[in-house]
Amino acid sequence: MSDIQWETVIGLEIHTQLKTKSKLFAGTDTTYGASPNSQVSLLEAAVPGTLPVFNEKVLRYAIRFGLAVGAKVIAKESRFDRKNYFYPDSPKGYQITQLNHPIVEHGLLAIQGDDGKQKKIRINRAHIEEDAGKSVHDKYAEFSGIDLNRCGTPLIEIVSEPDLSSAKEAVAYMKEIHTIVTHLGICDGNMQEGSFRCDANVSIRPKGQQKLGTRTELKNINSFRFVEKAINLEVKRQIKVIESGQKVVQETRLYDADKHETRSMRSKEEANDYRYFPDPDLLPVHIDQAYIDNEKQFIPEFPAAKIQRYVEDLGIKTDDANTIANGKELSLFFDDTVALLKQAKAISVANMLLGEYSALLKAKDTGFESQPIKASQLSGLLDELALGNISHKISKVVLEKLWNSDLTATTIIKQEGLAQVSDSSELEAIVKDLISKNQSQFQEYKEGNMKMFNFFVGQVMKGTKGRANPAQVKSILEKL
Amino acid sequence: MLINRKEVEQIAVLAKLSVSEGEIDAIAASMDSVVEMINHINEADTNAVKPMANPMDAVQRLRADVVTEKSNKDKLLSLSSQVDEDYYLVPTVVE
Repeated sequence: MSDIQWETVIGLEIHTQLKTKSKLFAGTDTTYGASPNSQVSLLEAAVPGTLPVFNEKVLRYAIRFGLAVGAKVIAKESRFDRKNYFYPDSPKGYQITQLNHPIVEHGLLAIQGDDGKQKKIRINRAHIEEDAGKSVHDKYAEFSGIDLNRCGTPLIEIVSEPDLSSAKEAVAYMKEIHTIVTHLGICDGNMQEGSFRCDANVSIRPKGQQKLGTRTELKNINSFRFVEKAINLEVKRQIKVIESGQKVVQETRLYDADKHETRSMRSKEEANDYRYFPDPDLLPVHIDQAYIDNEKQFIPEFPAAKIQRYVEDLGIKTDDANTIANGKELSLFFDDTVALLKQAKAISVANMLLGEYSALLKAKDTGFESQPIKASQLSGLLDELALGNISHKISKVVLEKLWNSDLTATTIIKQEGLAQVSDSSELEAIVKDLISKNQSQFQEYKEGNMKMFNFFVGQVMKGTKGRANPAQVKSILEKL
Repeated sequence: MLINRKEVEQIAVLAKLSVSEGEIDAIAASMDSVVEMINHINEADTNAVKPMANPMDAVQRLRADVVTEKSNKDKLLSLSSQVDEDYYLVPTVVE
């Protein structure tokens, strides 16, 4: 064992499946989970004479990703290349990708680094390419089964610079990209279904050394947890290799979650030569600045910016701001409700949504997206509460009555006689009536028993079914 | 020799072609003549020529994101020598 301190260097390649109805180069259905080979056109089957036609949605989605990560380059001219390899899940014998003229280059993404500070990770590029089919290995002893449904599904491959220094940072980066593509609505983010997959390039070097060590590539790691585990394992393995006097071999390795190991995937003899060349079937894609600018309207406010706005402008607690901002439907509903408030403060919306409203959703086993109550109804309710027209207790009753109703909170309060009794003469009469019926308790209160004070407040609330203004009841009692 | 035996072997691997020992020299010689012919292109002075992505003076046509293709499953599967439960069967490719 040596005393060398090792530093980890990681770059990630994230394959993001785009949420389009049809494939990248043909009008073939992309719906997940269809029966094997039922979604394969002549193009994906590589029948001679077929030609690819580019799906414009893919171009727009890729531009939106570029805008979201502040890419310096969104190419006015991008091109397609062929990456040649033989594998049964790709009948053409090549993958159409963008090697030399990708659509997006030089973006930046902020994550929380290991030191707790914000760290900016450079995104080298994001390029458009097609997915391959799927091989099924466990179904047959001597064969692999091939399902070409996924073949030709649009992807953007997002390639980071080797700016990540630990498995933890890699996961933070991956989660941030996941947030961006799902909030953009360009990817469903479903990792079980393979919509969001990651390869990690991992190397180590002595701390302080500039030159990068030899890297290995960990393939297709399909959960955040596995990314962390696989990278940590691989780093340990590389340290062991180097410290025992050997060299790390540049190769592709597979993470085996069951055996908890990484192992070499390709034999050394096999020449990995993809012989890229420009795809002659596809012309260069030309767009102008107006085309790019037009996509800006589809870039939402991302959680990181939302959190800052909620905390700084609206005075929401950081934890609550986090919860709201990270729930896509929740934050939309929150923003809509806050925008409609006339009297109440934004913080009351946060408290209501995370408190009673969430509890109610949970009890009814549904989510924010079901919108059982409209933003205008909720803001109306909170305004009534802020104006003192109803008590807090009654606000919960009104909330339940608003459920799947078209009525406004104000209408419900009127119709059901739920308005807070603030008329002091009315309240005074109630209090006096109670005293006459409970003389001994009143005597005890007069002698300084504060329990009796609460008894009377409670009785008034009960008598008015919660409609009395507690503060007013107190002041009436104090005067008597 | 522009193409040596090793290169022939490697190209054969990439192209998934089986080439017997006895054939290699002949193939190398024949590839030689192809390379020799192609090499003439290198003699052209292209210093003043702008790189060209495509000889057609046109840009890529874009398609709307709609499903237009019908399933060709049965027709395509019938072209394969081995299928089972709608899967194409190929020699095991586990790595």
